[in-house]
Amino acid sequence: MPLTQAATLERLRSDILRLQGLAPAGDGVPALDLGVINKAFPNHTFPTAAMHEFVSATAEAVTAASGFLSGLLSSLVGNTGTALWITGPTLLFPPALAAWGLQPHRFLFLRLTNHKQALWAMEEALKSPALTAVVGEVRDISFTESRRLQLAVEQSRVTGFIINRSRKAGTTACVSRWRITSLPSVPIDNLPGIGFPRWHVELLRIRNGKPGAWEVQWRNDHFIYPTENQPPATNDQQPFQQAG
Amino acid sequence: MSKRFVSIWLRYLATDWFSLHQPERKQHPFVLRSLSHGRMIVTAANAQAEQNGISKNRALADARALVPGLDVADDEPEKIQRVLAKLAEWCIRFTPCVALDPPDGLWLDVTGCAHLWGGEERYLNDIIHRISARGYQVCAAMADTPGAAWAVARYAAQPGVVPPQQHVQALLPLPPQALRLEPAITERLHKLGLHRIQQFINLPRASLRKRFGVPLLQQLDKATGQEWEILVPIRPIEPYQERLPCLEPIVTATGIEIALRQLLENLCGRLRQEQKGLRAAVFKGYRVDGKTEHISIATSRASRQGVHLFKLFELKIASMEPGMGIELFVLEAPVVEDLLPAQEKMWKASGGWDDERLAELVDRLATKVGSGVIHRYMPAEHHWPERSFAKAASLEEEPSMAWRTDVLRPLYLLPIPQRIEVTAPIPDYPPMLFRYREKVHKIVKADGPERIEQEWWLQQGQHRDYYRVEDEEGNRYWLFRLGHYHDKTFQWFLHGYFS
Repeated sequence: MPLTQAATLERLRSDILRLQGLAPAGDGVPALDLGVINKAFPNHTFPTAAMHEFVSATAEAVTAASGFLSGLLSSLVGNTGTALWITGPTLLFPPALAAWGLQPHRFLFLRLTNHKQALWAMEEALKSPALTAVVGEVRDISFTESRRLQLAVEQSRVTGFIINRSRKAGTTACVSRWRITSLPSVPIDNLPGIGFPRWHVELLRIRNGKPGAWEVQWRNDHFIYPTENQPPATNDQQPFQQAG
Repeated sequence: MSKRFVSIWLRYLATDWFSLHQPERKQHPFVLRSLSHGRMIVTAANAQAEQNGISKNRALADARALVPGLDVADDEPEKIQRVLAKLAEWCIRFTPCVALDPPDGLWLDVTGCAHLWGGEERYLNDIIHRISARGYQVCAAMADTPGAAWAVARYAAQPGVVPPQQHVQALLPLPPQALRLEPAITERLHKLGLHRIQQFINLPRASLRKRFGVPLLQQLDKATGQEWEILVPIRPIEPYQERLPCLEPIVTATGIEIALRQLLENLCGRLRQEQKGLRAAVFKGYRVDGKTEHISIATSRASRQGVHLFKLFELKIASMEPGMGIELFVLEAPVVEDLLPAQEKMWKASGGWDDERLAELVDRLATKVGSGVIHRYMPAEHHWPERSFAKAASLEEEPSMAWRTDVLRPLYLLPIPQRIEVTAPIPDYPPMLFRYREKVHKIVKADGPERIEQEWWLQQGQHRDYYRVEDEEGNRYWLFRLGHYHDKTFQWFLHGYFS
C-alpha cells in the first residue's frame, strides 16, 4: 500500500520536525510568505514559534537587520498582535516603525544595557503567550543562553528574534542565522535621491533547510523578492566584519 | 528643633455624639445614664444640663428633681471610645502622629506641620473649625509638651497657642488638676491652700516628694518637659490585611513561601468576594528579635490572581533575612481597586492589550528590572524628532492620532546627535562626504533638505536642516545642519540610521 506508506513517512517527517522545535504555528498566527526565500525553509514555510538570530556588528548592520525584521514583523504582528522589543543603549525610534506598516503603540520597549537582565527579560517575555513576537538586542549570546530561549518558545509558540551585536558570533541553538547588509537603494522612476531600501539577505544557517542569499527590496509596504529564474545574488559585498 | 504638641479636648464628646442625629437635643438639658451599684447615675451631661447644676456622677433621680422632663439616654462607653478612635484616624489629615487620650481627648504631635497651614494660629484654628463642623464642641491648645498642652486646653481661660519655650509660664496660673493628678493629691493640695501651680512649682522637690509622693513630681516634670512623655501613635488599620502567626519561628525560604501562599489565598478569596483587585501589596515578616522584614510589589492592573502575585513576590523573597526566625507574617494591600469579573470570551483572542497575561508579564518585568525601563509610546503632535513621541501612561491607552507616515524617519535615532565633519559644495546642497569616528563616508545619493524649526514656545535655539544620505556601501544616514549656511556658525551632526 504505497499511499499509506507515503502518508506514514510524511507523518514521521513532521514528527521529527516537531521534536526539533520546528512545529507548525498554532491557530491565529498568520503564515509568513517570504516569496522565493520560502524554499529555503523546512516545509517551505517560515518557522514561527522558533528563535531566529541576526548577526550584525555595526550600527549600520543593526539598522539593516532591524529594517528587514520590521518588514517580517509587519505581517506577523499586524493590527492585532503585540510585540516586545528589548533595545540596548541606542534608541529605536518608535515613529519610524510606522513606515514599515507597523503600529508602534503595539510594541512594548524595554531599554536594558545589562546583558543578564536583558536575557532574563527576553526569556520571561518569550514564555508569555500574550505576545506575538519578541525582539532582543544582545551582545555575544552563548549557546546555553540561546538554548534556554529556544526551549521557552517551543512551549509558548511565540516567535523570537535576536539581534546579535558581536563580531564573532559563536554557535547558538537558534533555528536560523541571518545576516543583512544594506545595498544601494533602488531609484524610483530614475529620479535622483534615495529610493526604496534594498538589502543583501543571507540565510547563513537554517535547521533542516537550505541556506542561501537573496536581494530583497522594501517597497511601500511589502517585500519585493527576486524572481524564480533570477540567479541568487552573489556575495560581492564586503564581509560584514569590515562594513562599519 | 523643639517639639510641638496639640491637645484636643472634646468636652461633651458623648452627648455631642448622641446629639448628632437629633440636633434638637443640644437645645435642652440632656444626660446619659448608666447603672452603678444598683442605682442610675449620670455619666455625661451636655452644656445645658451643666448650666442647670447637673454634673457627672450625680444620681439620675437628683438630676430629674433639678430639671423636670430631663432628656435621658443610655450611655454606651465602648461605642464612644470607637468614635474617639475614628476621630483620631481622621486627624491624620493634620499630622501623621496622633495619639489617643481617653476618655475624651486626643494628642497630636505637630512638630513641623504648622507651616503647611501658614502658621500655628491658623493651624489650630483649622483643627478647631473642622472638628466643630463635625458637630463636636472642642477646646484645643498647642504647647511644647503634651502635658502643658493638655493643661492649657482644659484649664486656661483662653486656650490657644502657647509660644515656644513659654509653656511653664502658661502653667503657673492653672489649678493643680491641670497636672493630671490623682483626686486625692489635688484634694490635699487644695486643703493646704495650694490652689495654683505657681504656688508650689518652686518648692523644694524633697519636701514635695515627702508630702505628696513621687507622682506629683513626675506629672510636674512631664508638664514642664523635664521628663519625656511617650505618646503611642495610632496606626490606621489596613482594610485589606491578612495575618499568619507561627507556632515556631520560621527560618527557611520554603517556610516563608508556604506562609505567603496561604496569606495570598486568603486575601485573594476576600478580594474575589468583594469584586476587587489589588494594585500594590506589602508582605511583612516580624522577626523574633523585634525587627521587621518587608517586601513590596506593585501591579500594572488590578489583580487577584494568587499564582501571579506569588510569582511577583517570589522574585524578592531572597531579600528577606529571617535572622533568628520570623514569628508573624502580615500581608497588606494598601492600594485596592474595583475589578469586575471579565466576561467569558466566545473565542480566544490573543495579543490584545487587555490580555490579562500581558499585564502579568509587565508586572514581572517591572518587579525585576524596574518599571523605569519599560515603555510604550504614543504619537505626539510635534515636528521636532525627539518630541514626536510620548510615553504612554498606561497599558490601556490608545493613540489619539495616527502615526505619521508621510515623513521618513530613521529606524535608529542617536539619543544625542553626534558631531561630524562635512564637505558640502554649494550652500543648501547635501554634503559630498562626511567623516564620523575616523571613517570617511562618500555620499552617493541624497534627499533634502527638510527644515525643522525649533518649537520656540518650548525651547530656544537654531533650526535644523535634515538630509537623508546614502554612502557608497549602501548605508543610509540622517544628517542635519544646525543653523544657516551663511551664518558661518553652522555645525553638522549625524542623528540617525536608516535601514
